[in-house]
Amino acid sequence: MNILVCLKQVPDTETQIKIAPDGMSIATENIKWIINPYDEYAVEEALRIKEKFGGEVTIIGVGPKRVTESIRTALAMGADKGILVDDPAITGSDSLGIARILSAVIKDLDYDIILCGKQGVDDDYGIVGSILAELLGIPQISVVIKVEVSEDASTVKAHREVEGGTLVIESALPALITAQKGLNEPRYASLPGIMKAKKKPLDAKTIADLGLDASQVGENGAKIKIKQITPPEERKAGKIVEGETPQEMAANLTRLLHEEAKVI
Amino acid sequence: MDFSLSMEHEILRKSVRDFAENEIKPVARELDEKEEFSYDTMKAMADLGLFGMFVSEEYGGQGMDYVSYIIATEEIARVDGSHAATVAAGNSLGIGPLYYYGNEEQKKKYLPKACRGETLWAFGLTEPNAGSDAGNSQTTAVLDGNEWVINGSKIFITNGSSDITAGVIPLTRTGIRKDGKRELTSIIVEAGSPGFEARTMHGKLMWRASNTAELYFEDCRVPKENLLGPVGDGFHQMLGTLDGGRLSIAAMGLGGAQGAFDLSLKYSRERVQFGKPISTFQVNAFKLADMATEIECARLLLYKACWLRDNEQPFAKLAAMAKLYCSEVMSKCVDQSVQLHGGYGLMKEYDVERFYRDQKLLEIGEGTSEVQRIVISRYIGAV
Ligand SMILES: Cc1cc2nc3c(=O)[nH]c(=O)nc-3n(C[C@H](O)[C@H](O)[C@H](O)COP(=O)(O)OP(=O)(O)OC[C@H]3O[C@@H](n4cnc5c(N)ncnc54)[C@H](O)[C@@H]3O)c2cc1C
Ligand SMILES: Cc1cc2nc3c(=O)[nH]c(=O)nc-3n(C[C@H](O)[C@H](O)[C@H](O)COP(=O)(O)OP(=O)(O)OC[C@H]3O[C@@H](n4cnc5c(N)ncnc54)[C@H](O)[C@@H]3O)c2cc1C
Repeated sequence: MNILVCLKQVPDTETQIKIAPDGMSIATENIKWIINPYDEYAVEEALRIKEKFGGEVTIIGVGPKRVTESIRTALAMGADKGILVDDPAITGSDSLGIARILSAVIKDLDYDIILCGKQGVDDDYGIVGSILAELLGIPQISVVIKVEVSEDASTVKAHREVEGGTLVIESALPALITAQKGLNEPRYASLPGIMKAKKKPLDAKTIADLGLDASQVGENGAKIKIKQITPPEERKAGKIVEGETPQEMAANLTRLLHEEAKVI
Repeated sequence: MDFSLSMEHEILRKSVRDFAENEIKPVARELDEKEEFSYDTMKAMADLGLFGMFVSEEYGGQGMDYVSYIIATEEIARVDGSHAATVAAGNSLGIGPLYYYGNEEQKKKYLPKACRGETLWAFGLTEPNAGSDAGNSQTTAVLDGNEWVINGSKIFITNGSSDITAGVIPLTRTGIRKDGKRELTSIIVEAGSPGFEARTMHGKLMWRASNTAELYFEDCRVPKENLLGPVGDGFHQMLGTLDGGRLSIAAMGLGGAQGAFDLSLKYSRERVQFGKPISTFQVNAFKLADMATEIECARLLLYKACWLRDNEQPFAKLAAMAKLYCSEVMSKCVDQSVQLHGGYGLMKEYDVERFYRDQKLLEIGEGTSEVQRIVISRYIGAV
């Protein structure tokens, strides 16, 4: 099985995010970058499928040179090769632009299954995987917590959590799946893995290499434009519910929830 | 000058940090409390590849540079001293002498398992009457036909009596050299050798989840081939092993200082007294600023020492300086960390309490701070 994983690099979830002076982006200096956590589930699942069926796992990233570190980390976890699309023209791409770039990379590759994270934890749009499947003309199953590839590797069953139950969807391969938390527990990049990753191939490609033109990506190709980014509201001070006895406190709490918070 | 670490070093740091936070931190307090060496975390560390980092792939190691080893040790120490001790001693004192001084047959026999972390090895210098003066070893080894007969005892030997300890390497006296000095020789003693017994030591202030042993040799017999390197090479081997070992103890000081700092910064930004986070009172902000500065100095010194070693340049002076400085920086940092935590820092529920205790060994093990100052004094030509 040939498995492709689309991987995004995002700011470390523990980083304190500051808004850039332009008010439309975040300040990227002093940020630590990590693999998007949902993409880590995708990498792990790809490795498990490979361990069962054999084949190759290819990691595809789009972004500046620093993304190499995230791709190398995935290679250290056990993936076989990487492709990074790095081009100044990419800056300002929306989800459609990124999906166009990914599909341009993927159309020339031989694949059975594509795994993506369900969303990037930075912009939280959650649509790159879906657009990509549409551009490639293959089925997609999103927000998946369990993946079962059939013994003959021709179909896949994917589990999605829905209110009060689980939806099991079956699709022919090739198909695209987006990973949700709970899919698996990603492995650590082991020390021998880190050494092996040094020798694994990682190709860099430009927009021109992919036969795309600059008007399809970046700000030019974007259908949406960010107007403004604002920090979340400061958390208001909490309230201590008064009362002499537990009964009295409970009564006061109910009253506050009803009259002030208006949630019951 | 280029101060940047390679991409592999960064990936390694992140991976070991995540591992330490997720797999060791949650159990460290309880293991310390119970004074228990964990075979589960030992296996997890081994599976990650934390043993045999600087050993070439041919013997089952990872073939990494020394900086990698030091970063990995630092990251484990950032979360727990005991686990870092198992890694540092396992590599520097157990695997190190076998790798650097063993013959081909010994390396093939012992290293692959040790590098997979299935076995641990220990290096025994210290004796009840030979501590700082380790050359004054009173354990003797006499050749009797095809066997060495060893008599004596060792104390405070890390990884010496765990269930997976495959053997120990005691420094023994094998005679008097031509120049009248003691002839010291290292000999490999496999666990289970007749006349050899290892007993776990209990009641430690620090490193409570690390294995520490007393070793007893009573007419202990091992094959003649168990000699490590040539007869009389023991003193030189000891100095070489300690030079490398000091870097790993320094890494524990650096990592421990960083860990204590990280906990304190977080705590003092959250702890509100007099209506404000205590980190905003200048006296506390300055404590944190001093800690951050000294940690940065410690890191630069230690990494430079490793860089010298990786580039095959003399590094022993800087290793002694780094060991001395990093352990003293951790000493100051844990003191201030407990101070910033107020009464809570004295309670076991808070990890800084353990860091405060674990630090003390670093100023004593592998050459006390006084011994480091003696070594440095000699290098700079003061004495
Ligand atoms: C938990 C733990 C793990 C250890 N692991 C190992 C191990 O794996 N292998 C091993 O061989 N050893 C190990 N050791 C032993 C350790 O290396 C010794 O404890 C250390 O070298 C000090 O020796 P000592 O305890 O006999 O103290 P002493 O040498 O008796 O020192 C007592 C004090 O006198 C000072 N002093 C001694 N000589 C001088 C001098 N000439 N000038 C000035 N001051 C001096 C010392 O600095 C110290 O402050 C371990 C110890 C501990 C506690
Ligand atoms: C074993 C033990 C016994 C005790 N016994 C008693 C007892 O019998 N009765 C009792 O009432 N209490 C008792 N205490 C509590 C003790 O008095 C408090 O722990 C102490 O007053 C510090 O308060 P805190 O722990 O809340 O630390 P915090 O007040 O939170 O202080 C944390 C750190 O912030 C610093 N800090 C706080 N405010 C400022 C400021 N404005 N400017 C600069 N720095 C600041 C502190 O100096 C400290 O370094 C005991 C505590 C212990 C551990």
